[in-house]
Amino acid sequence: MGENLGNREELLAIVDRVVKIIRVVFIIVLLYPFAFYVASKIDFEKEKIIKKVIEIPIVENGIDVESGLIVDEHYELVKGTCSACHSINLVTQNSATREGWKDLIVWMQKTQKLWDLGDNEVLILDYLEKNYAPKEQGRRAPLKDVEWYEL
Amino acid sequence: MDRKKFISSSLILSASAFVWSKFVFGSEQKKTQNVISNTSNGGKIPGKHEGLTILNPKPWNAETPPHLLDDKVTPADKLFVRNNGRIPEKIDVDSWTLTIEGESAKSSKIYTLTELKSKFKHYTYQLTLECGGNGRKEFSPPAKGNQWDLGAVGCPEWTGVRLKDVLDDVGVKPDAVYIGYYGKDTHLSGDPEKVVISRGVPIAKAMEDEALIAWSINGEDLPVMNGFPLRLVFGGWPGSTSGKWLNKIVVRNKVHDGPKMGGNSYRIPKYPVAPGTKVPEEDMVIIEEMPVKSLITYPKTGALIKGGKSFEVRGHAWAGDLTIAQVHISLDYGATWKLCNLSEAINKNAWQHFNIKVSLPKKGYYEVWAKATDSDDVSQPMVIPQWNPKGYLNNACHRIAVKRV
Repeated sequence: MGENLGNREELLAIVDRVVKIIRVVFIIVLLYPFAFYVASKIDFEKEKIIKKVIEIPIVENGIDVESGLIVDEHYELVKGTCSACHSINLVTQNSATREGWKDLIVWMQKTQKLWDLGDNEVLILDYLEKNYAPKEQGRRAPLKDVEWYEL
Repeated sequence: MDRKKFISSSLILSASAFVWSKFVFGSEQKKTQNVISNTSNGGKIPGKHEGLTILNPKPWNAETPPHLLDDKVTPADKLFVRNNGRIPEKIDVDSWTLTIEGESAKSSKIYTLTELKSKFKHYTYQLTLECGGNGRKEFSPPAKGNQWDLGAVGCPEWTGVRLKDVLDDVGVKPDAVYIGYYGKDTHLSGDPEKVVISRGVPIAKAMEDEALIAWSINGEDLPVMNGFPLRLVFGGWPGSTSGKWLNKIVVRNKVHDGPKMGGNSYRIPKYPVAPGTKVPEEDMVIIEEMPVKSLITYPKTGALIKGGKSFEVRGHAWAGDLTIAQVHISLDYGATWKLCNLSEAINKNAWQHFNIKVSLPKKGYYEVWAKATDSDDVSQPMVIPQWNPKGYLNNACHRIAVKRV
């Protein structure tokens, strides 16, 4: 009696374990394609977010690291417009009055296939005039940025 | 704040995505490429010395710091890069041809590279090439364009055929005035039909012995950045006259009128103007030979010298189509000058080398200035020379800083 009872309980326990295993296997089998789906979805989202993170400009000391432009109103417009043809270095190494920058735009339109900038022209000129104005350096500037070393 | 949020969420998501993909696929996902190209501090310019200063990666423009120009013959990888457009994408040497034509050519001929190399005698000359805008950086008010400092110059050995031998083979009419070149670089706007730059020289310069159609620098193929597989070389004249990726030369009965021959390009006012003056286009004239100039290539600026130890100052000097008669250096801002040893030019349009031993009289800061004088007795100015709208021809004395410690 006692033995029988013990056997029955053992049997029940085995059945219970088997059912559990079957259930787990069943769940895994059912979920397996879904798992693929979720994984691919997550990868897709990840790519999207990485792209967004890359698009967010990194700014150091007020300079947009990617282009080297001074971060100020409309700098993204300048970055997008000017880099269509040439590197932004051609902007950042130069300086001019508003009139000088305007002349340059006209020259690029006349000879270098720059398009009509429309309403953006004023914004671009505002930015350039403010941030890339000429600095007076006289007839000869002092030597600067000398890196000293023992000869 | 937004950026932080994005980054942290991206990190969490990437981590979970990574775990998921590891679990599911059991393999690593391919790495996302870093699409940020930091153009502002550049990197290495393809095929060139890593010490070159990149002014502009699109189009490629880079100059050589003076101390890297110490070699008597400039190595190919240390020659500056000045491009107006994009490097040709496909260069097929076997199918490359050079066409000679134009209203003042007696016929029109097309040469393959092999024909050029086999039909005409080869010549090797050491020729100084300098960008017309070398030194632009120092003009005030500033001039637009790449802000060249000192190093848009070099003097390698070029090998090729004489332009005049090829022109004679085609035949040049007596009314010829100018030659113009065309190359295979492409316009920045992406328009495949648009010519980037097409300049040239008067027929007299084209007919000089040292005017070369060259395929080699220092015995090796031209670097792609400097015009591989074929280019013109006119020593002593603005670099822009020496067309790169050369595939056509036109013999003209008037001054060539290709892009960058007119307007303000490679032109200066025909009369002296005050800095900042607006000059009408009709008053601008084409730059021909480059002015007298010199460069201190040793020591590199910033040398600390112990006590009264003497040290060598050396460099190169050049003067368009002329030769250098003298080079002096000053340790006192031009108050007194010391005459340097000077070598003779190896051929016309080659730079000459100078050197002198000096010591610094007492402890402190000094500048070494170099001043060359050409065979017409014209010297380099100590301050910035005649201002011009596009900032060409700055041949002010080169200055380096040294200290006695």
